[in-house]
Amino acid sequence: MSQKSTKPAIDARNIKKYYKNVHALDGVSIMVKKGKIFGLLGPNGAGKTTLVKAMTTLLKPDSGSLNIGGMDAISHPGDVRKIIGLAGQYASVDEVMTGRENIEMVGRLYHINAETVKKRTEDILKRFELTEAADRPVKTYSGGMRRRLDLGASLVGEPEILFLDEPTTGLDPRTRLELWKLIRQLNDDGVTILLTTQYLDEADELADYIALIDQGKLITEGTADELKSKLGDDVIEITLTNAKDAKAALPIVEKSTHHEPLLKPNGKKITVKSTEGTKGLSHVIKHLDDAGIKPSEVSLHRPTLDDVFLELTGKPTSEGEGEPNA
Amino acid sequence: MSQMHSALIDIWIMTKRNVLRYRRIPTLMVFSSIQPIMFLLLFNFVFGGAIAGDSYALFLIPGLMAQTMLFGGTQTSVGLAEDMKSGIIDRFKSLPINNASPILGRAIADGIRNIFVAIIMVSIGYLIGFELLNGVLPAIAGVLLITLFGFVFSWIMILVGLAVKDPESVNTASFLLVFPLSFASNVFVPIASMPGWLQAFVNNQPVTHAVTATRALLVTGEGYDSIWKLAIWMVIILAIFVPLSIRQYKKS
Repeated sequence: MSQKSTKPAIDARNIKKYYKNVHALDGVSIMVKKGKIFGLLGPNGAGKTTLVKAMTTLLKPDSGSLNIGGMDAISHPGDVRKIIGLAGQYASVDEVMTGRENIEMVGRLYHINAETVKKRTEDILKRFELTEAADRPVKTYSGGMRRRLDLGASLVGEPEILFLDEPTTGLDPRTRLELWKLIRQLNDDGVTILLTTQYLDEADELADYIALIDQGKLITEGTADELKSKLGDDVIEITLTNAKDAKAALPIVEKSTHHEPLLKPNGKKITVKSTEGTKGLSHVIKHLDDAGIKPSEVSLHRPTLDDVFLELTGKPTSEGEGEPNA
Repeated sequence: MSQMHSALIDIWIMTKRNVLRYRRIPTLMVFSSIQPIMFLLLFNFVFGGAIAGDSYALFLIPGLMAQTMLFGGTQTSVGLAEDMKSGIIDRFKSLPINNASPILGRAIADGIRNIFVAIIMVSIGYLIGFELLNGVLPAIAGVLLITLFGFVFSWIMILVGLAVKDPESVNTASFLLVFPLSFASNVFVPIASMPGWLQAFVNNQPVTHAVTATRALLVTGEGYDSIWKLAIWMVIILAIFVPLSIRQYKKS
């Protein structure tokens, strides 16, 4: 055991997967340490789900090596399945069965004896606040309850490594916070967690280590702080009253900061790097004022993960809801 | 625990899951029986007189049972496509279980349903002139045999379902297979009235053997040799479609 514990929980190297002519994964390598929460961050279609499917033995990569919990996931998928759990955005539970039946069924499929399954099921129902709804068919559950049940069902086998594919996509903010709390608790219990997300705040909030992927490639990786400091410089954020002003402001902002400004999708907010701190900010305000443009809000702040993402991929993270099954 | 033993447990759990669907959603059962009953009454009273006089129910019911099994295979396939769409198959695939068990569980549960539907058909048949003329034990064997054929045939549909994935397309695709196979057979009319080129096909396709065998066991007591021909067909179908289906399941 002690020797095993020094090995990483996940060691994926140069994973490639092609669908016809599309490079779903174009040589991705990640390493996840035991007991950590690893965030796989990227926009829709970046290859996050494909990578999770490879790591959970649902699909075979075309090339690369994949080691999960010290075992080769490509040659021994059956062994890996014994130590992993999978939950995801699809909340893959049986609608006709009750919550209790769903968890018990998964427990029995791990070939755990009936008594232990019963006990674990009760514990999970209690922990996820589903005891009251336990004997109702799942089709009567709310979205948040389904997601909790899905997560609960993935725990009955007491996995060492838990894969969460966009665990909070489509959930309301309150349910999202609840789920974050549960995920953190699981990690405190020693479960290694790999989660995918298209939300920067989620990765920032939960993950000890973040890998950014886009178009099947790893863009960058590091802790949230490391990623933020990669940008280094402060960011000036200018909000205009309308899109016309924003357009007119762009060349002025560029001229006064000597950096290329980015216009946010709402068409009214501009962000730009500032190498000169507050001095840069006052330049921008003065030049805008000279041009007769009155911004409704101006601020200077340390870069957020959002800024990192924009800087590295040239586009914002979340465009539309849900990731297609690819 | 031996591999065989644990595989049997997986198949048992999956079968229970699917049987539960029929118990919890009784309308599923109703819809499975309504079509064969409607076909039974329509064909018997609309075409029956022209084809066979008063005794058409005796001819028709074993045939319709076979057709019902083919449609049952379609439902197995649609059900699997729905499971894939919902994501629960992904969960099953991430578990340390026998690869074929989610498919087998569905197919076996549908086989159990098929037995019920066959019993309902016989019961209604008794109201319109059908009788188990060959005795009860052979009739039980006949129902089990045609259900087994339904199970075997469902593997063809399962491959279609796993390949096509979308539940509605599966339904459409399967009709292209079920209609020619059940109408170009001896389900509804005797083969003798068909043109020679068609007879050559009808005489050798598995549905015809299934119908003749069921007819023999339920009613006529004649043509038992079709049981062996059917058995050969079933072995061939399983040998081709089980491995293909499991391969398709693993990669989809």
